Amino acid sequence: MAQEQKQPRKSSQEETATEEVVETDVAERKEMIDEDVDAILDEIDEVLETNAEDFVKSFIQKGGE
Amino acid sequence: MSVRRVMGTEVEYGISVQGQPSANPMVASSQIVNAYASSTARARRARWDFEEESPLRDARGFDMARQIADPSQLTDEDLGLANVILTNGARLYVDHAHPEYSSPEVTTPLDVVRWEKAGEQVMLDASRMAAQVPGSTPILLYKNNTDNKGASYGAHENYLMRRSTQFAEIVRHLTPFFVSRQVVTGAGRVGIGQDGRDTTADRGFQISQRSDYFEVEVGLETTLKRPIINTRDEPHADPAVYRRLHVILGDANLAEVSIYLKSGTTALVLAMIEDGFIDRDLSVEGAVKALRDVSHDPTLRHLVTLRDGRRLTAVQLQLEYLDLARKYVEDRYGSDADDQTVDVLARWESVLTRLERDPMECATELDWVAKLKLLQQYRDRDGLGWDDAKLHLIDLQYADVRPDKGLYHRLAAAGRIERLLDDATIEAAMHDPPVDTRAYFRGRCLDKYADAVAAASWDSVIFDLPGRESLQRVPTIDPLRGTRAHVGELIDRCDTAQALVAAITR
Repeated sequence: MAQEQKQPRKSSQEETATEEVVETDVAERKEMIDEDVDAILDEIDEVLETNAEDFVKSFIQKGGE
Repeated sequence: MSVRRVMGTEVEYGISVQGQPSANPMVASSQIVNAYASSTARARRARWDFEEESPLRDARGFDMARQIADPSQLTDEDLGLANVILTNGARLYVDHAHPEYSSPEVTTPLDVVRWEKAGEQVMLDASRMAAQVPGSTPILLYKNNTDNKGASYGAHENYLMRRSTQFAEIVRHLTPFFVSRQVVTGAGRVGIGQDGRDTTADRGFQISQRSDYFEVEVGLETTLKRPIINTRDEPHADPAVYRRLHVILGDANLAEVSIYLKSGTTALVLAMIEDGFIDRDLSVEGAVKALRDVSHDPTLRHLVTLRDGRRLTAVQLQLEYLDLARKYVEDRYGSDADDQTVDVLARWESVLTRLERDPMECATELDWVAKLKLLQQYRDRDGLGWDDAKLHLIDLQYADVRPDKGLYHRLAAAGRIERLLDDATIEAAMHDPPVDTRAYFRGRCLDKYADAVAAASWDSVIFDLPGRESLQRVPTIDPLRGTRAHVGELIDRCDTAQALVAAITR
């Protein structure tokens, strides 16, 4: 989780770069976002209850209020 | 008034005994409440005082006969189920088949968030304490509203209003607001229809947990034929001056921004209704169906038809209320508007603007968007259809109160959901009452004179004093008295309940 909190930041040098570099940058950023998504899904995979079907089926409530 | 108002929330938690789907939920709920009560109460346990409860009182001016009431509507009979008052002024008890936390009375949206989130921590602690009882099976708690098999349970809001406001005006102006506010306050749900089985047309996700369970526009019931506007009228305050608006259609939210905007925007709309400020008719054709249709379209493009013939999206309908609220606050307060009112207006506008552009822009603030984004990521990665059990599990586990298992909590810990309050502030509210309502008096009495408090309720604290034959009932009928400013110094000074009661009744 610790690595999740560190948001990758572009340096000001990169921001003033040429258009070509910006395009690469976008691609890189997309890659980083994908990695980011993978990381959170991996983390959630680890905590999800095993046997989703049985678990969901056995969650039976009575109405309330 | 502004966003400031006497308010409170009541949340019924989903409950399951691990590995025992047929376990008796009332027994499990009692175990939760009793575990918390016995490990926190230092002395005798004050019971709930039912004297002032009248759940069959209708805001339209009549009482329902007890004989024709459904047994589930009779909440004032002490069935011997666990029922305690906490030192923060809240009530923790078993309501039907769920453990419920009713927050103390507060006066600002941020305090609604604070004491409702404190309730989540109370439930978490309670489940951990119950698990320590030898031979017990772990009990899991969920802050959600449905089992996706036909049963729904509530997360109610209460707003104190002026009695002089015509109820018909409340119905007229609040119904379109309620039909549309789910785009901000929805908790998100996998499943369409009351039993969650309608997965046709790959339409598997909806904005609200609750919308499919509403069947009429106005009514007294909360457990059957649920109404958009509930008429239960039990002010727990002077009925000549106040009514309590009991709002039953909201979702149980985990995201702090969702809770904050839910109470803040609703309070603003109520203020405008009380002051007769709403000059346009936003009445919706077929409100019950509109409520569901809005919920069923997470793209937010569904058009709601107004009585005047206009067709608006739910976001546009909310923008109408925002526009009115901006004018109202400007008209009444100008630059003197309080910070939270200004903040609620700014956040409301920001959220609506982004929802209109691309709902996903609100994934760090609103429950339903955060949940949908996560589900969508799973669908993209694993190619899952909406009927896949894994997506249902994600929906359910989003609401798990445990920080290690609850997906809301995992997202928040990873910085993917915005917080308004830090953990320490919420933890303090598990024990400390709000300082600006009568909950202060109730909570401090419970804390300081636990031995001498025989019972308490929203509008009284009852003392059992040594040497006195009868119980001493101290009424707390005005929600804005008994604050720290009124009684803080008095309670500090009185070392015993005898001294306190003597000072009050002198």
